[in-house]
Amino acid sequence: MDFQVVVLGGGVSKKLLPLVSQELPNALLPVANRPVISYVLEYLELSNLKDLIVVVEGEEAALHVGAWISGAYADRLHVEVAAVPEDVGTAGAIRAISHHLTAKDILVVSGDLVTDVPLGAVAATHRRHDAVVTAMLCSAPVSGPSESVSSGGKDKTKKPGRYDLIGLDPTKQFLVHIATGAEVEKDLRIQKSILPAVGQIEIRADLMDAHLYAFKRSALQEVLDQKSAFHSLKHDVLPYLVRSQLKSEVLFNGMPQVEENGTEKVISQSNQQMVSQILANASEPTFHLRHALGYYGSTSDRKTHKCCVYIAGSSKYCARLNSIQAYNDINRDVIGEAGHLSGYSFSAQNNIIHPSAELGAKTTVGPHCVLGEGSQMGDKCSVKRSVIGRHCRIGANVKVVNSVVMNHVSIGDCCSIQGSVICSNVQLQERAVLKDCQIGAGFVVTAGSEFKGEVLAKK
Amino acid sequence: MGAQKKSGARVSEDPDELVRVPLQAILLADSFTTKFRPITLERPKVLLPLVNVPMINYTLTWLESAGVEEVFVFCCSHSKQVINYLEKSEWLSQPNFTVATIESQNSVSAGDALRVIYERNVIHGDFILISGDTVSNMSLTQALLEHKERRKKDNNAVMTMVIKRSKPNPAIHQSRLGTDELFMAIDPNTKQLVYYEDRADQSRGTLHLDKSLLVDNPSLSLHHDKQDCYIDICSPEVLSLFTDNFDYQHLRRHFVKGLLVDDIMGYKIFVHEIHSDYAARIDNFRSYDTVSKDIIHRWTYPLVPDVMNFGHTATKLERQGMYRALEISQSQSAVIGPFTVIGSGTKIGNNTKISNSVIGEGCKIGSNVIIEGCYIWDNISIEDGCKLQHAIVCDGVIIKSGAVLEPGVILSFKVVVGPEFVVPPYSKVSLFQQPIEEDSDEELEYADSTSVIGSQVDKSDIEISSKVLETNFSPASQLGIGGAGHVWSTCEGGHEEEWRHSVAPIPKDKILEAIKTMEDDMEFAQDDSFLPPSGELKPNSNDSDDDDHEDSRDDSYYFEKEVEATFLRAVHENIQESHLMLEINSLKLSYNKQTSDCAGALFYAMMKYALDIPHSSADSLLQNVQVVFTKWKKALTSYLNDKDEQIEVILKFEEMCLESANEFAPLFTTILHHLYNDDVIEENAILSWEDEKKDADEADKVFVKQAQKFIQWLKEAPEEDDEEEE
Repeated sequence: MDFQVVVLGGGVSKKLLPLVSQELPNALLPVANRPVISYVLEYLELSNLKDLIVVVEGEEAALHVGAWISGAYADRLHVEVAAVPEDVGTAGAIRAISHHLTAKDILVVSGDLVTDVPLGAVAATHRRHDAVVTAMLCSAPVSGPSESVSSGGKDKTKKPGRYDLIGLDPTKQFLVHIATGAEVEKDLRIQKSILPAVGQIEIRADLMDAHLYAFKRSALQEVLDQKSAFHSLKHDVLPYLVRSQLKSEVLFNGMPQVEENGTEKVISQSNQQMVSQILANASEPTFHLRHALGYYGSTSDRKTHKCCVYIAGSSKYCARLNSIQAYNDINRDVIGEAGHLSGYSFSAQNNIIHPSAELGAKTTVGPHCVLGEGSQMGDKCSVKRSVIGRHCRIGANVKVVNSVVMNHVSIGDCCSIQGSVICSNVQLQERAVLKDCQIGAGFVVTAGSEFKGEVLAKK
Repeated sequence: MGAQKKSGARVSEDPDELVRVPLQAILLADSFTTKFRPITLERPKVLLPLVNVPMINYTLTWLESAGVEEVFVFCCSHSKQVINYLEKSEWLSQPNFTVATIESQNSVSAGDALRVIYERNVIHGDFILISGDTVSNMSLTQALLEHKERRKKDNNAVMTMVIKRSKPNPAIHQSRLGTDELFMAIDPNTKQLVYYEDRADQSRGTLHLDKSLLVDNPSLSLHHDKQDCYIDICSPEVLSLFTDNFDYQHLRRHFVKGLLVDDIMGYKIFVHEIHSDYAARIDNFRSYDTVSKDIIHRWTYPLVPDVMNFGHTATKLERQGMYRALEISQSQSAVIGPFTVIGSGTKIGNNTKISNSVIGEGCKIGSNVIIEGCYIWDNISIEDGCKLQHAIVCDGVIIKSGAVLEPGVILSFKVVVGPEFVVPPYSKVSLFQQPIEEDSDEELEYADSTSVIGSQVDKSDIEISSKVLETNFSPASQLGIGGAGHVWSTCEGGHEEEWRHSVAPIPKDKILEAIKTMEDDMEFAQDDSFLPPSGELKPNSNDSDDDDHEDSRDDSYYFEKEVEATFLRAVHENIQESHLMLEINSLKLSYNKQTSDCAGALFYAMMKYALDIPHSSADSLLQNVQVVFTKWKKALTSYLNDKDEQIEVILKFEEMCLESANEFAPLFTTILHHLYNDDVIEENAILSWEDEKKDADEADKVFVKQAQKFIQWLKEAPEEDDEEEE
């Protein structure tokens, strides 16, 4: 695949505070004891994409990410880490590295994606339709953003979490409408001009944009050049391309259409040829072509471009680490039902305990758990569905359930941790009880304190 | 037909039903529109021949074949004609199929009709609602089954609508049946209809769906490629719903939309899509043309001319889709083209060419006549050398030699076209004068004029027509020498749209034009959407914001005007302050305004009044202001209860000085001081006003600077002032 790959590593996301910091940017946040970006990199490596550009917001974060990548993948991948200023947005990030892009198609992947959807299939969809953009869609997670799992219409004021509203054509190959984020809160507005051309739009609220896009480079660069105000790929560039697909403005003005051996070039030629092309194409012509042909054979030189989608099968795993909730979910899934993603081989007890870890007497580590290198646990501890990092010191009689404990954490005797995230170098003194808390790096929880649903971090 | 009948019957014998209710149908023999005028002035639409058979026969035949056992034919306009026709036909004496008529003279809409039927209390179970101009060969079995299944689960599933795939022409926004394009949103899993819009506003580039729709449904299909067949399977509740909501008139526009919008009762409408079956309603002349062609092309089998013969002589199907009755005298040299139907007793002269047309019974067609795409009804005489294109010619018309009918012409009953006369395109000709009270607004059309006039005509039908015949048309009438008939003028703006609904094919240039506007629209819509710098999908939201903004601005404009007028009236008529306040309060409520708005508006009115009193210099203007304020201060201060309202007044004053009444500008500080002394405005308000203006542009600070001295003075001696005021 001659795709050039850009991994958007992000910076230090506010949504993930206090888990992330300048030393530990988003990309390096551990999922089952591996930085989340490693999932993307290995996912790309699996598809034999080894030439990558990783864009990170902020110089310092970029240094950390670069250092880690060069350490871990020096011999396997050729990775270039580029730093861009903070808050340039995803579109800005691409704009900043635009001069590095040379391949015909560009694959843009978000660095916080954890998935096993075959990348080849996405690329093939893109190439087959000669699309300007192909977006990968996956089923929206069952638990919405920020635990809005509200069962049905129990409380009507709070709507169940909807990620994106996605409009598909009847063949489910093309993207004809996309509305995201806050727009979903408003009434749904459909661009009317496209509906007649497509005939039928299926609006799906149960799909999520996975932030994995294949772009035609020429089109992407053109859009980024022309629309300097575009800030985000998802919120600006993608909707723009979707909206303008029947009246293309981006197609390669002034560029020799050498590489356009697809429909676009033919359209500008005679009608006759197009008809023959339809006939040659055994399947029904796409609405783009029908639209371009015009009605009653009017010879207009309409330009169209295609926005395709690849919908991941429901059996595939696909999630983005973009909230604390998602962090908990992904950690749970990677050591649980989507265990093949972790890259570890599970023991007979369905868990992973590093050989160098030490367990005290009567300590049980249940299935779907990870215990990192050099960690020590005291007597009578119990760990269920949790990840414990490297070199942690855990006292006796400690319960860890549904939680993530990062590296170098020391936990005193008789602590109870449930549904929480404990960052590196945290000290939990004895008898601390935490439920649904996030503890920032280096924090000290005093003995006997109890917290529920709180965020604790060093000032 | 037999098979369908059986299967239909089986449904109604659903074993789960304890009491077997015969499947009933309501057939509306009145479309409550005026689209078929002038023909429908003389004959009801359901009796108009469609490929030589009155339309109602198609509907009744289908109902019978679909297993319906009891049909109530609702007659309104020309009800006598319909009843007479049915009495003479065989429909009233069919076994296992009862046809009863319900007559009403004062129903003006489908809603009224259903209310009348509800009062009769004849419907006992699920029923089919259909109008008498529907042609279909669909099997109801599946749709009925689905409907009943849903009813069992959910008592609120009151209606199942039949829809069919049909792609409208996106350029001219109408379907091949000449109906407006239809936007529907359907839940793909349950087939519940959640949105129905058949007269979408073309000018808006977007379609608005309520967000609540997507709360319950994870996915939604938005359809533009479906056609409403106007065949509805209804539960008995539908009738009571019409009675409860006495303002429901139109089946779709009011009833369906009303149900979709209303989420209190929770009634639901579902759709049933047919794929290979045929169903279409004849709504206008274009659908008349389309459906006729479909019948000739046998899409409606078994409802085709050689099978459907109601007491007529047999018609034989020949090759190339030609249907010829047995007794025809046709000249050897006449050429009859493909897809043509010729009724019995028709004579065709030498060298006459006929193609794609329907010719009724007993017509006399001369030599060298060219007929193309026309619908020639019964007993018409067309003399030599005429040329007819895409016209509808009703019974008894005489077209003298050499006359030409341009595309889209409608000749109503017994019209005479003079020799060599050219009837211009899209003209509608009738012996009747065009009703004057015709309303161009289609929305009202079905409600007032049609049926009333229809029934009047009905009552004195023969009388009038004889009278009309007696009227001597001047030798050179509107239709040439010896012609008889009035050419109806199309209502204002109507001519433009005439081509949309006529029998003639849509002219190419219209389509090109439409395509062009469509593209322009698209461009426009897109340009629009890129105005915001971020390029987000905001334009739409911006739109509405702008709208809201505009609305509110308009509102406040009118509000101010009203307050001013009220104030002036109070001044001139010497009305008491308390009454003035009462009036302003009521305005405040009706415009949904704040007290501060009232204060601002009243202040504005007072200043304006002061300005309008003749004055020679700034001093006398100041005096005027003082006079006005002394008199009306009480009214104003009643709206100035707190600081914000007083600030509003200062801002208003500032605005006035800048814009409408810049004579006040030099007096700003003086008047402000005066207001302060009069206790209209308190110190706090002035100081906060200054504070507010701190960050404003230099241009906006003019008056703050002017008042600086005064403000300074206020600041320096605050304590005493406060004490004084308190």
